[in-house]
Amino acid sequence: MTRDMSAPILELDRLGKTFSADGHSVAALSDVSIAFERGECHAIVGESGSGKTTLANLVLGLLGATSGEIRFNGKPLGRSRTRDQKRAIQLVQQNPLSALNPRRSVGASIRLPLDVHNLGKKSERNASVAALLEEVGLEAAHARRSPRGLSGGQRQRIAIARALACEPELLVLDEPTSALDVLVQARVLQLLQRLRQERGLTYLFITHDLAVVRAIADRVSVFQKGRLVETGPVEAIFSDPKSAYTRELIGAIPVVTEAEAALRAEIRAGTNVPAGAE
Amino acid sequence: MMEINPQKPVLTVRDLRLAFGDRHHATEVLHGISMHIRAGEKVALVGESGSGKSVTARLAMGLLQDQKRTHVSGSIWFDGIDAAKGGKEIARRRGNRVAMIFQDPTSALNPTFKIRGQFRDVLRSGDRSIAKAEADRRAEAALAEVSIPDPKRALDSYAFQLSGGMNQRVMIAMALANRPQLLIADEPGTALDVTVQAQTLKLMHEMTERTGTSVLLISHNLGVVREFADRVYVIYRGRIVEHGTTAQLFNDPRHPYTRALLAAIPKISGGGLPDLPERSPDFENPLITHEGCGEPTEAFA
Repeated sequence: MTRDMSAPILELDRLGKTFSADGHSVAALSDVSIAFERGECHAIVGESGSGKTTLANLVLGLLGATSGEIRFNGKPLGRSRTRDQKRAIQLVQQNPLSALNPRRSVGASIRLPLDVHNLGKKSERNASVAALLEEVGLEAAHARRSPRGLSGGQRQRIAIARALACEPELLVLDEPTSALDVLVQARVLQLLQRLRQERGLTYLFITHDLAVVRAIADRVSVFQKGRLVETGPVEAIFSDPKSAYTRELIGAIPVVTEAEAALRAEIRAGTNVPAGAE
Repeated sequence: MMEINPQKPVLTVRDLRLAFGDRHHATEVLHGISMHIRAGEKVALVGESGSGKSVTARLAMGLLQDQKRTHVSGSIWFDGIDAAKGGKEIARRRGNRVAMIFQDPTSALNPTFKIRGQFRDVLRSGDRSIAKAEADRRAEAALAEVSIPDPKRALDSYAFQLSGGMNQRVMIAMALANRPQLLIADEPGTALDVTVQAQTLKLMHEMTERTGTSVLLISHNLGVVREFADRVYVIYRGRIVEHGTTAQLFNDPRHPYTRALLAAIPKISGGGLPDLPERSPDFENPLITHEGCGEPTEAFA
C-alpha cells in the first residue's frame, strides 16, 4: 500500500459529541478540528470535563461522533472499523492496575492481540512476547508472572508492550504516567520517547500535566469545557500562551527551582518575553 | 484557644519501626523513623510508593497498630500520649486533636449521609454537649470560611453531588473545625485537577495559619511541597535519608535519592526529558541532616 507520508495520519474535522438523557443534553466536545502529523507526539491537555477522554473514545471508536468526521490515513473512520483499522490505533490507559486482567499471566495478556489479529506465525508468537517484554525494559521471564505481584511502573510497561504487539501506527496514551511516582514517570516517559523514535509511532498523549507536555510533546492542544482553546507547537505555547486558561494551567505546575518559579510567574502574568521577540 | 509554644514539638517520632507478618516471618517496612513537628510548623514527608510515608501517617493517627499481624516499636509522642501504643487514648484524639485529609475527598466522605450529619459528628467528637442548631451554625460558618458559595446547600448535599474541589474544601473545613493541634494531609488533591490541587494547598496553608495548626504533608512530588512546607523529610525504603529546611533541601540537595527526585520533575523551561539512569542507583547512604534541623533538645510532651 502506498501512502503519502507527509499527509496527516489523523484528522479531526469539526468533530462534535453531545450526550443526551431525559431531555438534557451536554456538548462534551464541540467543533474540534486538529491534524495529527505522522510521527509527532501531540498532547491533549485539559482538566476534568474538558472533553479529552471523549476525544480519545471517539478516536478509538468506542463512541460515535454526533457531528463532524475523523479521517485516519485519509480515510473516514466511523464506529464500525476494519480489523486493520482497529489494530492500527491502540490505547494505553492511566491505571495499570485495572488495565491488565489479574487472572491472566503477563505473557497471555501480551499474546492475546497477536492471536486476535493473527500476527506472525503461531510457533513464533511466544518469542514475540519475549521480544516485546525486552523492548519495554522487562525480562522474558516476566511472561510467566501475574500482574498482581508487579509494581505500577512494571505494569504500565506491560500495558505498553501489549499495545505494541498490534504493531500500531497511532498510540492513544490516556494519562499514562499520572498514577506513577515521579521517578517511575520519568523512566516511562523515556521509554515512550525511545519507542516513538524506533518504531516511528504517532502519539495522541492525553494529560493534565503541562510539565510532562513540555518534556515529551511536539505540539499541544488545550481543551476547556469541550472546546479547543489553543493549539500549536509546545515551544510557542510555553513562551507565549494566548489564552488565560493556558496561563492558569501553566501557573499550577509544581516546580523545584527559583528560576522555574520565576518563569512560571511570568508566564502566568503574561509578562514573559516570548522567544525570538527580543 | 490553645497556647502555642513555637519551640515545643507537637509531634515527636522516635525510632519508629513497623513490621507486618507473624512470629515466623515478618517484613519490616519502617526501619527506625525519627522526626518532629513544632507548633504551627508545616513539615513535608516526601517519598515514593512503598517508601513508608503513608504508614507513618497512619501510625501517627493510631489507625494501624491495633490491626492483626502488625508489630510496632518506638514512640510517637503527641498531646501527652504515646500514639505508637494505639488504643483508646489516640482514638479519642482523632478528629479533634489530630485530623487527617486524604487524596480523594469524594471517597473519604460517607456517600450515604449528607454533609450536615457528617459535619455534626465531627463537631460533637470535640464537644459532646453541642446542640444540633449550634453545630449547624458552626458548620455553615466553617464552610463559608473555605469559600463554599452556598454553605446551606452544601450541608444538604451528598458528597457525590459536589465536585472534587468542593469536597476537598469540605474536608479541610471539617478537619480544622475543632482546631486540631496537628493536621495530617496524605497527598491532598492528587486525585484532582492541577489547578484544584494548587488551590487546595493554598487554602490549607491559609487555614492552618489561621488556626495555628501544625501540618504533616505527605507527597511523592517535591514540586508540590516546595511552596507549602517549612521543613522536609525525604523517606526512602522505610528510612529518612535527608532532612532540612525547604530552602536547604531545594538549594543544596545532598543525598543522591533527593537529587534524583528533584531531577525527575520535568522542567517548564524546556530541555526535554529528565536525564535519569534506567535503573535506580544504590541510594543507601547515611542520613543527611542539614544544619539547624537536628532533633529538638527538649524532651517530648
